[in-house]
Amino acid sequence: MSTEPRNTLYGVLGEFDSADALMAAARKIREAGYQCFDAFAPFPIPGLSEACGLHYGLKGWRHNFVPQLALLGGFGGGLTGFFFQYWVNVYAYPLNVAGRPLNSWPAFIPVTFELTVLGASTFAVFGMLALNLLPQPHHPLFTVPRFKRASNDGFFVCIEATDAKFNLAADAKFLESIGAKFVTEVRDED
Amino acid sequence: MSEGPVNSPEIRRLARVLEPGYNYASVTDKIASIVLTRPVSLGWLAGFSVSFTVLMVLLGSIAWLIVKGVGIWGINIPIGWGFAIVNFVWWIGIGHAGTLISAILFLLNQQWRTSINRFAEAMTLFAVACAAVFPGIHVGRPWMAFYMFPYPSTMGVWPQFRSPLIWDVFAVSTYGTVSALFWFVGLIPDLATLRDRATNKPAQIIYGMLAMGWRGSARHWHRYQSAYLLLAGLATPLVLSVHTVVSFDFAVGIVPGWHTTIFPPYFVAGAIYSGFAMVLTIAIPLRKAYGLQDFITMRHLENMAKVMLATGLIVAYGYFMEFFLALYSGNKFDMYLVDQRLHGPYSGYYFALILCNIITPQLLWFQKVRTNVAALFVMSLVINLGMWLERFVIVVISLTRDFVPGAWGRYQATFWDYSTFIGTMGLFVSLLFLFVRGLPAISIAEMRELVAHKSEGDE
Repeated sequence: MSTEPRNTLYGVLGEFDSADALMAAARKIREAGYQCFDAFAPFPIPGLSEACGLHYGLKGWRHNFVPQLALLGGFGGGLTGFFFQYWVNVYAYPLNVAGRPLNSWPAFIPVTFELTVLGASTFAVFGMLALNLLPQPHHPLFTVPRFKRASNDGFFVCIEATDAKFNLAADAKFLESIGAKFVTEVRDED
Repeated sequence: MSEGPVNSPEIRRLARVLEPGYNYASVTDKIASIVLTRPVSLGWLAGFSVSFTVLMVLLGSIAWLIVKGVGIWGINIPIGWGFAIVNFVWWIGIGHAGTLISAILFLLNQQWRTSINRFAEAMTLFAVACAAVFPGIHVGRPWMAFYMFPYPSTMGVWPQFRSPLIWDVFAVSTYGTVSALFWFVGLIPDLATLRDRATNKPAQIIYGMLAMGWRGSARHWHRYQSAYLLLAGLATPLVLSVHTVVSFDFAVGIVPGWHTTIFPPYFVAGAIYSGFAMVLTIAIPLRKAYGLQDFITMRHLENMAKVMLATGLIVAYGYFMEFFLALYSGNKFDMYLVDQRLHGPYSGYYFALILCNIITPQLLWFQKVRTNVAALFVMSLVINLGMWLERFVIVVISLTRDFVPGAWGRYQATFWDYSTFIGTMGLFVSLLFLFVRGLPAISIAEMRELVAHKSEGDE
């Protein structure tokens, strides 16, 4: 941990009036050639991430990988469930119940099913959180008091300083020109 | 919609899922203020005190159970499964409506689920908690409850995976976990709203930690929606499997009246039936106490009444089929059980069950009844009682009248049976009281979506 207080430029934030204005703005920002920007809304807006042209991680993948993780978790849970029961009944504690085979696989299906659902659900939820990099107690955007409205009725776009085209003054003007009613710089500070 | 009576103002009023005149901020204000700014009312305090007292009755009963053992209950041989299983099945069933509303109605794109799904999911969790009390204590040694789970014990013994009872352990614990995840995922954006609106430090810190830094980014929403949809898709077969497995506890046994293939579907329908009744029991006082009539509208109440009517008819079909199959099979034990239901020592319970579950709900065919809040409330209580009686009839009549007269018996619940059962209601209601004060009882983010949808659709 450095002792110097942090104070670096994170980006420039613009607020828009409505969900439609946010969509239009996101589209214009992408068309203007920006890569590193994000839109913020108090509820999911269909098509917003497509309008932003967002990609979700490595090598520009358009998938968000949550379904793939859930599939993996489901397979993991189901296979664990089945083979655990197989191991218990055939090796660890073999019991002869009315002459039925030790591997009474139809009787193992309910537990296998439940663990499939459990694995897929936990992978979907914790995978979603991990891919979203949550929990994340601190974020530069939280230093902007007005950003509190992003969880109420505010629609925001933030062009990040990591963008190759980033220029604070020019980008602020650009946001105003596409209809932002409030524009501010965002600093990452303690 | 086209012209004609379908479009009359009265019908349109009944069809609303959200009264007009709300925007994003006013929806947020109205729901968040219940948690953040509204002072603790006398009514809340009184209600919570009463339910907390009843919760203490539960703890007292459990303490006495641990001191004395299960002998304080009315169970005996042959009725080794008295109130504990009756209450367990009843509570688990109640939980099912919450998952149905949050998962199945979500997949079916039913907008009217939006304002009731949050507290219905909370109800699911609390009902599962109440249900879990019974397997935990029914052996009289709750500190041995971990015996139910497979673990490498020093005795080298493992659970019997061919038995529905161990399937039940997995089904119920998976159900509890997935319900909690579903509920929490739905809460994350609302927790962020509360974090941003809270004015005192402790509330900001607590909601801030729970919201985990949610900021409504388009990327976040995209993944969030994937996860939510997946959970809905996974919870749907799960909820059907849970009561199916619970019914296997009975149906796999050879006891007359239990050993039938109608059990799984009719248990699931009964679960949804009682669950919707419980949602109504909670929703009606909740919307009144917190002025939420604009969000939980007549449309919601009426739709829930319709679901109750439909599932009630499935349950009625189940009762009919039980009788028909017993008579058609020519099996004298099954036929004798039918006779015992109608004329045996517990026939009073059976006729009360028919009255509560089949006859009374037929009033729901009338729209006048479906849109009468007081009538619905009474009806929901009647159905809850009826579903409890159903489980009592299934458990007690079959166990007291199985194959040989030498094995017949009688069952009489004791004071401690009732105090434990009523005590779990205290647990349930106490948790609900804490929930409506501590978390948004209606999903704010989804209500905003509804506002957005309405404003583009109505013009």
